[in-house]
Amino acid sequence: MARIGVFVCWCGSNIAGTVDVEKVREEAAKIPGVVSALDYKYMCSDPGQNSLRNIIKEKNLTGIVLAACSPHMHENTFRKAAAKEGLNPYFVEIANIREQVSWVHEDKERATAKAVDLMKMMVEKVKRDKPIEDVRVPLNKKALVIGGGIAGIQAALDIANGGVEVILVEKEPSIGGKMIQLDETFPTLDCSSCIMTPKMVEANQHPNIKLYTYSEVEDISGYIGNFKVKIKKKARSVVEKDCTGCGECWNACPMHKNIKSEFNVNLSERTAIYVPFPQAVPLVPVLDRSVCLHFKKGGKCQKCYDACGPKCINFDLQDEIIEETVGAIVASTGYDLMDTSMYGEYGYGKYKDVISGLQFERILSASGPTEGVIKRPSDGKTPQTIVFVQCVGSRDPEKGVPYCSKVCCMYTAKHAKLFAHKVHGSQSYVFYIDIRSTSKGYEEFVRSTMEQDGAIYLRGRVSKIYEDEGKLIVKGADTLSGNQVEIAADMVVLATGVIPKKGSDKLAQMLGISYDKYGFFTESHPKLRPAESSTAGIFLAGMAQGPRDIPESVVSGSAAASKILGLFSKNEYEVEGTIAGVNEATCVACFYCQRVCAYNAISRKEIKDRSGKLVKVVANVNPGLCTGCGACVNACFSKSIDVKGFMDDQIYAEIKALAI
Amino acid sequence: MKLAYYPGCSLKGTSFEYEVSLLKILETLNIEVKEIPDWNCCGASAAHSINHNLSVALPARNLAIAENGGYESVLAPCAACSNRLKSADYELKTDDILKKKITDSLEMPYKAEMSINNMLEFLIGVVGKDKIKSMVKKPLSGLKVASYYGCLLVRPPKIMKFDDPENPVTMDELVALTGAEPVDYSFKTECCGAINSLSKPDVVMALTGNILYDIKKHGADLVVVACPLCHSNLDVRQREIERKYDEKLGLPVLFITELLGLSFGITPKDLAIDGHMVAADRVLKKIEGLPNQQ
Repeated sequence: MARIGVFVCWCGSNIAGTVDVEKVREEAAKIPGVVSALDYKYMCSDPGQNSLRNIIKEKNLTGIVLAACSPHMHENTFRKAAAKEGLNPYFVEIANIREQVSWVHEDKERATAKAVDLMKMMVEKVKRDKPIEDVRVPLNKKALVIGGGIAGIQAALDIANGGVEVILVEKEPSIGGKMIQLDETFPTLDCSSCIMTPKMVEANQHPNIKLYTYSEVEDISGYIGNFKVKIKKKARSVVEKDCTGCGECWNACPMHKNIKSEFNVNLSERTAIYVPFPQAVPLVPVLDRSVCLHFKKGGKCQKCYDACGPKCINFDLQDEIIEETVGAIVASTGYDLMDTSMYGEYGYGKYKDVISGLQFERILSASGPTEGVIKRPSDGKTPQTIVFVQCVGSRDPEKGVPYCSKVCCMYTAKHAKLFAHKVHGSQSYVFYIDIRSTSKGYEEFVRSTMEQDGAIYLRGRVSKIYEDEGKLIVKGADTLSGNQVEIAADMVVLATGVIPKKGSDKLAQMLGISYDKYGFFTESHPKLRPAESSTAGIFLAGMAQGPRDIPESVVSGSAAASKILGLFSKNEYEVEGTIAGVNEATCVACFYCQRVCAYNAISRKEIKDRSGKLVKVVANVNPGLCTGCGACVNACFSKSIDVKGFMDDQIYAEIKALAI
Repeated sequence: MKLAYYPGCSLKGTSFEYEVSLLKILETLNIEVKEIPDWNCCGASAAHSINHNLSVALPARNLAIAENGGYESVLAPCAACSNRLKSADYELKTDDILKKKITDSLEMPYKAEMSINNMLEFLIGVVGKDKIKSMVKKPLSGLKVASYYGCLLVRPPKIMKFDDPENPVTMDELVALTGAEPVDYSFKTECCGAINSLSKPDVVMALTGNILYDIKKHGADLVVVACPLCHSNLDVRQREIERKYDEKLGLPVLFITELLGLSFGITPKDLAIDGHMVAADRVLKKIEGLPNQQ
């Protein structure tokens, strides 16, 4: 016979102001099986919890119903209290009479009636509760970081410094991401590569980090604690361990025209065998087979091989598949810049001197195509007037994206500042919608660009850019003065919007994590779980989650790392026991459940007799992946799946309680 | 497919050269179009600034007549007409309440399933590049031609769904088919001043002047258009602009249909090229073997 205790919380006046709590208690006492009913001002307080524990002991309760706030708030608190008295924590049920009653209703009488109904339903549910044990999943204490930009490198270093092995996978020939392409960083004007290269080198040399560059994650299966990862290491055509990075090979390569340098954003050329930039990590060249004469002309050219001292060039190297098992993953795949071809009026691609912000970074950079001297692409002359156009693609739902790319206000201010520092007597103009400079030192930085460096800020959009007698004529509006403006510029820099890295949606599907309509990975909770993805064991960092600047990316890398170190501080991962279970006797193996499962938690299980003969195939739930969402329960034709704690008989009993 | 033809007022009046040349090239291409019987004003610039329902009802009536006559496709050579027809069609497609109101007042059903083509869409989409190319008898080699699009063909892009609204190329492709050399310049879609020609001619002369001088600077021999109002501003105002800015232009402005007609071997006279204010004969002399002038 059930012995249920009902505890009605006032939550000060939060509940008691709108719900007659005494009436709820009185009604509870009338229900068969309820042996104790109590109301108290704050059930979550220490005395509240103590009285709960005392009554469990005194009355030898078999189940508890709390008519209180949302289970999101205090379900855990009361479960822990009950567990201390030896009760299975899943024998605690919450009737939410705050968020679902007192906070949303005004009529006290009707609110009380609803509170009574909700309480009754939970009493019927708790009567039918069965003990549930939490599931424990063993953990492989090794982490995978996908993407070696600043966020990924920070995550890898923090995890590795915590004593855990890390595999860092980078698609490009070198780690460093977008940050290593930047010249100086706002608002301190630190040289980007000076602060980035030590981290890259550290990541490469760290005993706990295994680095795979020019590699891509091909396949991921499994679940938290036990992810099976396939990494494709693309054929580099260079034996890494023998290469000294001397450069003889790329100096010998005859293909030094017409191959655009990706690193310099098409502003310079590279050879077929190349390192993307002098500080590349690892400093081992890659042979681009799509343009190499050896591969295009049937093996005739082997000038790089002839020039190579240690003979580490091997044209026969093949792609390699590496398999690893890891317990946790960081997805930090970064971002791309929007293609501006939809802005035909700005002439990007048509006029050589209309360039993107990232191209301007390369022009500013000492290791860039102009060695840090500001020269325009068309004729190599130093521009005296530059117009910067912000929000090209960002905050433009018509043509681009509605969101703000966050970094452009700051890097444009930096561009205008560096232009003023490098070309004395020059003039820059900045077209903007709003100036967003909200972090430490940012507003002062923008101000000084205006006031000390003389950049003229014009609030408005640019309508058209065209060439006239060697000048780029920029037509726009200054909405503050209400005038149309026309500026004859030598160069135009477009602050193009930030979008997720190409292919990040595919990766998200492979990982089984959710992403928003733009392709940015979504966090488990935007406020309270910003480092976690929707799937247990997979964490997020950097711009792959949305526009953010370097410090924020570093913070997010560290956050993901600390989450993983926290996870790995135990030997097993505990999963709530309220997950789906299959009745193997009635399962007809239609696998409709598999099709609706968003978490890849359902697999096929073969049941064999003693002689090894296959008896039947049934669905099987992987406890590491199941979130207990219940989609499979609805999908099951043979009623063979239930979520523990939410069994059919419990739900029916709740409905009945409401009907009587 | 039965093709309906909506001429609108311009093609019957100030831009009669457009209709003459259009019908002439269609005859050569052996394509039959039927003028919508009892057509009325499309509303153009006036109706939508006065009464929204009227601005939809006027074009809708023309479309409904065509649809009920069994036509699936309508050609509206005037850019303002095609813009109004498409806009009304878009509103009727997306607003059922408005559709009911309009069809009730028209006392005619309208399913809004008509395909509406401007001149360039018609030439590229309905006639087709291959057919046009096969008809070119007198390639206009040596002729440099600037295509001016204006605003109405491409804007608003959501409704017009035609070419790149900021950098259209369809007319340039047609020019290339004739053997002439398309000239790229900066003001393809810049405003010509439109109907302000009557109320504020100074504004129009400034705007149209910008366009014409830019075309001249880029080395074009002549300009082609697919809009009667553009034509009127670029052609009729040209002498005044030359006087005002004291710089010669001498840019004949032809309709795209006239240029195609020339390449098909039709005489300038049959295409009514002699109807323009800026005489084209000096420029047309550049084309070898062109049939006798006027």
